[in-house]
Amino acid sequence: MEFLNDVLVQPFADMAAAPDFLLQVLWEGLVGGVLYALIALGFVLIYKSSRIFNFAQGIMVVFAALTLVGLYEKGVPALLALPLTLAVMLVLAMTIERVVLRPLVNQPDIILFMATIGITLFLIGFGELIFGGENKVMITEQLFIPTGSIVFEPFGGFVSIEEKDLTAVIGAMVLVAALLVFLNKSKIGRAIRALGDDHQAALSVGISLSTIWVIVWFIAGVIALATGIVWGARAGVSFALEVIAFKALPVLMLGGLESVMGAIIGGLAIGILEKLFEIYWGQPLLGGNTEAWFAYMLALLVLLVRPQGLFGEKIIERV
Amino acid sequence: MFYRTAGQFKTSYEADHALFPIRQDAFLLGVVLVFAFIIFPLTASEFTFRALLIPVLIYSLAALGLNILTGYAGQLSLGTGAFMGVGAYACYKLITIFPEMNIVVAIALSGFFSAAIGVLFGLPSLRIKGFYLAIATLAAQFFLVWLFQKWAWLYNYNASGAIQVPNIDMFGITVSGPRATAITQYYFVLCVVCVITFFAINITRGRIGRMWKAVRDMDIAAELVGINLMRSKLMAFFVSSYVVGIAGALFVFLWRGAAEANLFDIPLSFRVLFIAIIGGLGSILGNFLGAILIVALPVIIGSVPQAFGIPLDSAMVEHLNIMIIGALIIAFLIIEPHGLARFWAMIREKFILWPFPH
Repeated sequence: MEFLNDVLVQPFADMAAAPDFLLQVLWEGLVGGVLYALIALGFVLIYKSSRIFNFAQGIMVVFAALTLVGLYEKGVPALLALPLTLAVMLVLAMTIERVVLRPLVNQPDIILFMATIGITLFLIGFGELIFGGENKVMITEQLFIPTGSIVFEPFGGFVSIEEKDLTAVIGAMVLVAALLVFLNKSKIGRAIRALGDDHQAALSVGISLSTIWVIVWFIAGVIALATGIVWGARAGVSFALEVIAFKALPVLMLGGLESVMGAIIGGLAIGILEKLFEIYWGQPLLGGNTEAWFAYMLALLVLLVRPQGLFGEKIIERV
Repeated sequence: MFYRTAGQFKTSYEADHALFPIRQDAFLLGVVLVFAFIIFPLTASEFTFRALLIPVLIYSLAALGLNILTGYAGQLSLGTGAFMGVGAYACYKLITIFPEMNIVVAIALSGFFSAAIGVLFGLPSLRIKGFYLAIATLAAQFFLVWLFQKWAWLYNYNASGAIQVPNIDMFGITVSGPRATAITQYYFVLCVVCVITFFAINITRGRIGRMWKAVRDMDIAAELVGINLMRSKLMAFFVSSYVVGIAGALFVFLWRGAAEANLFDIPLSFRVLFIAIIGGLGSILGNFLGAILIVALPVIIGSVPQAFGIPLDSAMVEHLNIMIIGALIIAFLIIEPHGLARFWAMIREKFILWPFPH
């Protein structure tokens, strides 16, 4: 009975007793969720347009952030380093398309997936070789991101919101909105979606596979840079950031591999739920650090009910 | 050439399906075994045993386990490291609860624990496949490593949180623990690897192996011709996790000597996966070739530039190592998706046909 009480009653009593703390937890979860959603978005974009499960998205986040900070440390002004980093990401996209993807066109999905694991390793080694493996501080102030915090006092307690988190959330929303407009309204966006629907048909109406791939990987690179700036501002820039790539995978499973909406909603849901679980169930009952696996277990449970994820396309197989 | 097959006639199905339809293959294997059992132990130094020979064997065994699941049954797994951990922790608990138990028995039993966990995490494979399943195995990876850290009973409430291998004797010889010599450990690991490889070869080329391959190549078609998908997938998870668990137990008990939960984290899983990919998925020989390459690569990178008078520091060697492994994976996928094992197969083909190209 006591166990049931600890699991089913006590956490909710705690929430009700300290609503301000609950709000704080929810906010923290939301910010984490926005970041997961951003990484997942990079995955989805590439998967939609080319059926490649891009394992390297997480390391692209680290690589972009490292390039930005590394350039700044080499003496490039912050506002110049930003477009330079974008240029680096463009070169990276072109290189990946030329060296890795083009020779592997038409291979089974799993081969391409493993190739992106290869890209991941290469980028880790390459990045460490050039910028060193130690932790760096993100150039938050130089990019004019506010660093103070806003405190307000609901329910007689207080909730503190860091301004850089707020900027991150707003920035992410703008980015996603821009991306959706781009995908749905622009000519290139339509080409990307056409390629995702049917490679053969898209090719036969004159859509260039390699151009679109470069564009898509470049957009994924831009998203990676945005994620890298925001996450780097919170936790510093180092290859330890790699773990956040692993946090985006359950988001994808939950939301479905080919759904932009799924990535966003899945990301927010996992960010908030894992924080709640950690604070109210994980720490008192399980010894903490449940964030390491909670998202995976949640996604696994959802998958057992809906194997294509919440928003994924149902695959009907015929022999 | 020496691979001439003329005169080797087969007059029965048994002969056609023999383990070595060509006499030279058996001869070659004999030479390799002579090297492994006699020449290496006579010539190798303590360092060679610890840094090259034992890890190559253990990594080969782990990759063999993964290859049964991924290469033969087509279920991509990213959680190998955690299953190795289950084997290691199970073996540790068995040894500390029953100190009189023979270590061979303990290792053989510990495989069953990881097999059970493997089947448990293999259950989703009945509903989901491909990438979704690969991520589901990551759930096992993260959950189990977390469990190894938090469940103090597993490491006997040690203050360090790590498992320490005690001295274990077998027939009066110390085979495990700080007092054991490298050469006994090498022989022990070698014998285990040989036995398991023998069984693996025969499972994969027999009825069960063909069933797995059918599931891998097209599961719906396999189901239509009457293969029980559930049974063959779960069997693949069982056999694979058993072998991986044993590799994990050997990893800690006969090589590392001590282990923390972190040892079994993602990097280990990926290292085993790379061995399987570079060696060749769906090949037994490939695991050994892949393991040799992955274990030897950092040593080569460290020593070759030094020989040319360009000494690299250890961090640089590590970075280059990661970069080269990444590049190798991509290169192999582009040039030869079947890995190193396929190279050997091609060379062998050439030898058999020599001197005629067709």
